[in-house]
Amino acid sequence: MSAPRFLLTRLLARTVVGSILLFLAFPIAVVFVVSFSSANYLTFPPPAFGLKWYVAYFGNADWLGPTWLSIFVAASVVLLSTTLGTLAAIGIPRLPGPLRVVASGLILSPLIVPVILVAIGIYYTFSRYGLIGTPIAIVLAHTCLAVPFVMTSVSASLAGIDSRLEQAALSLGATPVSTFWQVTVPLIRPGVLVGALFAFITSFDEVVVSLFLSGSGAITLPRRMWDDLQFQIDPTIAAVSTLMVVLTALLLASAHLLRKRTERLRTM
Amino acid sequence: MSVPTTILPSRLVRGSREWGAWKRALPKLTPLLLAAPLLAYMVVFYAVPVVLMLLRSLNDPNWSLDHYVGLPGDTVFLRTFWITLSTSFVVTLSTLVLGYPVALALSRARSSAPLILILILLPLWTSVLVRSYAWMVLLGRHGLINEALLALGLLERPTRLLNTTLATEIAMTHILLPYMILPIANALRQVDPSLARAAAGLGATPWGIFRQVILPQSMPGVAAGVLLVFVLALGSYITPALVGDSREITLSMLIAQQVDQLNWAYAASLSAVLLATALGLIAVAQRLPGVGNAFRMNLR
Repeated sequence: MSAPRFLLTRLLARTVVGSILLFLAFPIAVVFVVSFSSANYLTFPPPAFGLKWYVAYFGNADWLGPTWLSIFVAASVVLLSTTLGTLAAIGIPRLPGPLRVVASGLILSPLIVPVILVAIGIYYTFSRYGLIGTPIAIVLAHTCLAVPFVMTSVSASLAGIDSRLEQAALSLGATPVSTFWQVTVPLIRPGVLVGALFAFITSFDEVVVSLFLSGSGAITLPRRMWDDLQFQIDPTIAAVSTLMVVLTALLLASAHLLRKRTERLRTM
Repeated sequence: MSVPTTILPSRLVRGSREWGAWKRALPKLTPLLLAAPLLAYMVVFYAVPVVLMLLRSLNDPNWSLDHYVGLPGDTVFLRTFWITLSTSFVVTLSTLVLGYPVALALSRARSSAPLILILILLPLWTSVLVRSYAWMVLLGRHGLINEALLALGLLERPTRLLNTTLATEIAMTHILLPYMILPIANALRQVDPSLARAAAGLGATPWGIFRQVILPQSMPGVAAGVLLVFVLALGSYITPALVGDSREITLSMLIAQQVDQLNWAYAASLSAVLLATALGLIAVAQRLPGVGNAFRMNLR
């Protein structure tokens, strides 16, 4: 192939990939811009910029209440799913074959089972016990959805542990329990924290389960946004969305830094 | 070693024979004890509720298959199922066409790899609600796309883009694209670069190398991406409800409607069909060579 033709192909390839990446990023960028609009209705590009919609959000108890509830729910989900998930991630690889397959299948299945099934299944059962409209119901349900992310993250960091470190501790006279606390736990801590971050995002962003379980007593932030979107698309949602994207970006950045730390620990 | 089950607690004292038996059995029991809390949790708060709900399709009002026998002749179900399948198919195809070039670029990029990865991961972890809202802003009657088409003189008055099946397909392509890119990029990264060099040394053209060396080796990743996107699209609810045509609903939306009307038996039979379709596809795909491994990719 001649050089000019090669360069042309390369340019074409970059343009194609660049425009697909633009397609991925552009809608979110538009929401960012709209959130700083000064207009009272949705128009693009905005006539002028301002913080009007952020003021509207932070000054309204109808938005802040659900926000705090979502933070509370997500934090509870993190505690529950990280504790249960970490213990299980340590135990499951050492279970006998068939039990291991069934156990990991059960725990990872929320990743592929359509979420509407989880939502209405839990709604169906919880409504008999008067749990609809309580934060506890949402925490219990979100934990099921968050646990697979904790499991995969902790399992990955456990698989990366150099088993000679544990053997060395045992041969130097450490008991299995103190080896676990003093060698294994520090090595998997970044993996556990990454799992916790993804559990937080999973719960904080979750809509479908909340639609069924929040009733009128436990309105989460995504449920509040959903209700708003049914009637109007006022730019307050753009402000809320922007804050959510910024929070997600911060959490992802922390996860990235933690993962780098895991890699450093592995090469130690 | 079997666990002694008949010992009395009072005899279980340090130094006794029973204590020794317990101490020897404990390492074998530890994995089960560690996994048990989560397994019990998932059974009680996830498996049992979903199964109880699904059982309503069989035991309401008494045990029978009536709720399934009616489905093949049920035009509402058939239409919804067809819309769900065809939308999933279109979305899978478009994510594949758009995702493959990005996966290829990602697997080859050096300095720009972190930027590409951020552009893929940030949308992936952004709330589905936020991304659907973004498309409402773009596709609305006075949205960016209508305004741009008007300004360019391609339209005389705003056209209906939002609340159409096309809107669902575009928004879902955007939302599910990362799930296609990541497994394909994963498979491409594992292709041995010396194979491509060897092919080039033997006189293959770049296109020939791609078609005969790289493409075949990326197929497990493609299969995993196709499966993942199709299964996720099958269960879609939020996006079609917000940007789609309200007359062309998906199976998940029909299920939610039926639950609202307390038609639990019908909702349960629809749920069983949805679950069986998803699990059936996964079972078939797992038998394809290499897909099982590629499917266990990192979702982050």
